[in-house]
Amino acid sequence: MTAIPMEHGLLLAAVLFMLGLIGLLVRRNIIFMLLSIEVMLNAAGLAFVVAGARWAQAEGQIMFMFILAMAAAEVAVGLALVLLMYRKFKTLDSDQVSRMRG
Amino acid sequence: MAIIFYISSAVAVLSTVMVITRMNAVHALLYLIVSLLSVAVIFFTLGAPFIGALEVIIYAGAIMVLFVFVMMMLNMGKKAAELESSWVNPRMYVGPAILAAILGIELVYMLASGSNRAAGFEMVGPKAVGIGLYSSYLVGLELAGMLLLAGLVGAFHLGRRDED
Amino acid sequence: MLSLLWLVPAIPYFSFAILAVFGKRMPKSVSGLLGVGSVGISAVISVLIGIQFISSPPEGDLFLQRLWTWIGVGNFQPEIAFHLDALSLLMMLVVTIVGFLIHLYSWEFMEDDEGFSRFFAYMNLFVGSMLTLVLANNLVLLYLGWEGVGLCSYLLIGFWYKDSYNGAAARKAFITTRVGDTAMAIGLFLLFWNLGSLDIQEVMSSASMQWGTGSGIALAVALLLLGGAVGKSAQLPLQVWLPDAMAGPSPVSALIHAATMVTAGVYLIARTHVIFDLAPIAQAAVAIVGAATLLIAGFSALKQHDIKRVLAYSTISQIGYMFLALGVGAYSAAMFHFMTHAFFKALLFLGAGALIMCLHHEHNMFKMGGMRKQLPLTFWTFLIGSGALAAVPLITAGFYSKDLILWRAWTSDSGSPILWLAGIVGAFITAVYTFRMVFVTFFGESKMQADRKPGVRISVPLVALAILALIGGFIEMPHTLGHFAPFSKFMHSVLPEVHAGQYSISAELLFQIIAVVITLSGILIAYIFYYRKPELSANVAKSGIGTVLGRFFYSGWGFDWLYYTFLVGPFVWIARVNKKDIIDFIYTIIAMICQIFNFIFRQTQTGRVRSYAAGIAFGAIVIIAIVMFT
Repeated sequence: MTAIPMEHGLLLAAVLFMLGLIGLLVRRNIIFMLLSIEVMLNAAGLAFVVAGARWAQAEGQIMFMFILAMAAAEVAVGLALVLLMYRKFKTLDSDQVSRMRG
Repeated sequence: MAIIFYISSAVAVLSTVMVITRMNAVHALLYLIVSLLSVAVIFFTLGAPFIGALEVIIYAGAIMVLFVFVMMMLNMGKKAAELESSWVNPRMYVGPAILAAILGIELVYMLASGSNRAAGFEMVGPKAVGIGLYSSYLVGLELAGMLLLAGLVGAFHLGRRDED
Repeated sequence: MLSLLWLVPAIPYFSFAILAVFGKRMPKSVSGLLGVGSVGISAVISVLIGIQFISSPPEGDLFLQRLWTWIGVGNFQPEIAFHLDALSLLMMLVVTIVGFLIHLYSWEFMEDDEGFSRFFAYMNLFVGSMLTLVLANNLVLLYLGWEGVGLCSYLLIGFWYKDSYNGAAARKAFITTRVGDTAMAIGLFLLFWNLGSLDIQEVMSSASMQWGTGSGIALAVALLLLGGAVGKSAQLPLQVWLPDAMAGPSPVSALIHAATMVTAGVYLIARTHVIFDLAPIAQAAVAIVGAATLLIAGFSALKQHDIKRVLAYSTISQIGYMFLALGVGAYSAAMFHFMTHAFFKALLFLGAGALIMCLHHEHNMFKMGGMRKQLPLTFWTFLIGSGALAAVPLITAGFYSKDLILWRAWTSDSGSPILWLAGIVGAFITAVYTFRMVFVTFFGESKMQADRKPGVRISVPLVALAILALIGGFIEMPHTLGHFAPFSKFMHSVLPEVHAGQYSISAELLFQIIAVVITLSGILIAYIFYYRKPELSANVAKSGIGTVLGRFFYSGWGFDWLYYTFLVGPFVWIARVNKKDIIDFIYTIIAMICQIFNFIFRQTQTGRVRSYAAGIAFGAIVIIAIVMFT
């Protein structure tokens, strides 16, 4: 196996996370916001795996699996909410549903 | 192998940039799949083949398929892309970029202050992961299962059309 | 038998609870039976306990029943415990027996009232509280009873609450007695602070050990306790509430504002007599308060035309006698007068109540007249009560008790001729106003027609109390009449004997003859002025000085005016000036600061998911920065 400095892996995770954050903050379309969240979650998982590989422990991968499960659940509920929102407001603009009224 | 890591890293970063800049949701989704696949490759280079496989199957496969289905149901065409570009103004990137840059500087600063040691010199196979998952993290596993079940029920309930 | 002591207060409390909860749904016969019966059972138990206590006295002439620890905080451990000795036994017997008779009377008196069961609930609560007061073994429990009777007094004065005048009278009574209660509470704090206990026996023994005679702390405590007693017993300067308290139903006036509650002050001083013995100045103050009150109230009674107000002032005056006796150290004489007074004053109030009931709620006695023929039973019993109040010699109980007080006022070591003089003048006035009341009400031509006769439930208490008012005095005969004195002998197991020099029997006889002459001349004057020649009294009233004095006496020596001008008026003025509440402004500012922050933070609640996400990112940056640089 080729050794890769851990910092490089973590740096990649940080860059991906920041891109996800930028995407989340910039986009108004709720679908894009969800995609950005996926990017961020993936980056966090990457950081875990890199750290796990650095100490040659299985924990990093286990944490990634938990993140995976969480992401799956989140996406399922989130997309259901998106559908509901589109049905109700006929829009995907998150700013237009800022009022807490059903 | 190191070269593969760097190449896929570059692919991952580039495709992620594309994800957040596309106006068409389907295009963004395809770029995201590319990004996820390259991250999967990185997992292989880090000696975590099992997770790499999961990344391909669940992230790039299952979760993205969910997005595709939703987009089909929303039926967004050219108009949606036009609407999207009217929502996104290039100047809007400034604020979030600054915020993210500060965060990045902080993270890099912390990385730089740590010890420089290599990762991925040893393979951690599915067996080790399985043993860990079903011994030390059994409760966590059960909770994750319950979370998924709750997500399933919740999604079903929310997505159901009203009877009327 | 003694172990049943706890039942004596518990039964009225129990009955109160039932009446308070279910009273509205009960038929009147049931609530009447419950209200009267509970006090009746208490009275029976009290009598049985009394018989046993006297026939086979427990060790140390004292029976203590501890039920449970009420509050336990550090070394402050007041108990729910009852203390039975000669003094509390006497009080308990009077409260339950007179209380029972008055309850029986109320059964008929209140029959047509819509608040019938409410009335009995309050009355039972009162009896329970009063018994708690007299049986308490510590001052905290005593204070509980003290406040309980105050509450019942308030509730019952304002019983007919639909008339706002009654509510005002109730408030006046409550607030005025509160002044005294506050003084008493401070006194209790002082006692606990100095002696570390509020158990009556403990306090008394440690007070006499730790404090020297005339010490400042004993004086302070004694004066504060006197303040409480003065408030509750309607003595100078807090006597103003009692005449107004007559707004309540007549049985209430009889039970609470004549026989029992207002004598709680007398009981308190007798109970804590050790402290007063240690503070001669306070004791002198008690005597002076008593003497001044009996005169002022007596003169006020002379000019009243509401029959119940006459009785109210006479109650104040008679309690003044008790205070006078306490002040000269004649504790058993005070308790003796308390007992006889409870009999004859309850009788008079019940008689007055019967009159008022039969005469369409007419209170003005000048509109009555000639009731002797129409209501003979009421007349005879009322006459007996009046005789006892005026201390008609030999046959009435009031004679023996008042004579004993007058005798002690002079002969006791702490007595003085001035106190005796006040007492003897008071006795003269008492005879005058009492028989003025009798002649005006029962003699002469009748101006009203009684529309009903008192029934059996009213007659029985009247007759019973009349008998007690006659024979109640025979348990304490003066030296001139054989010195048969089981009462004071019994009392001396608790209360100290009076310190007095030796006087010959002939001196005592001389004093008695003076008192008798004074009383009879008072009755004679009343006879002349209000029966033989009413125009004489009218002439006196019309003359210049007569008008002024009459108005002065009628208003109770202007105390109400005084308090209104110097206390109530300024208070109302301050309240009006401070309508916007200056102190409250501080709290308004606090509220305003909250509102300002609310306004600021509300701006962050946009409902936009992206700004929230930006907030989270910003927070993460700050936290990481903190971790990095610290």
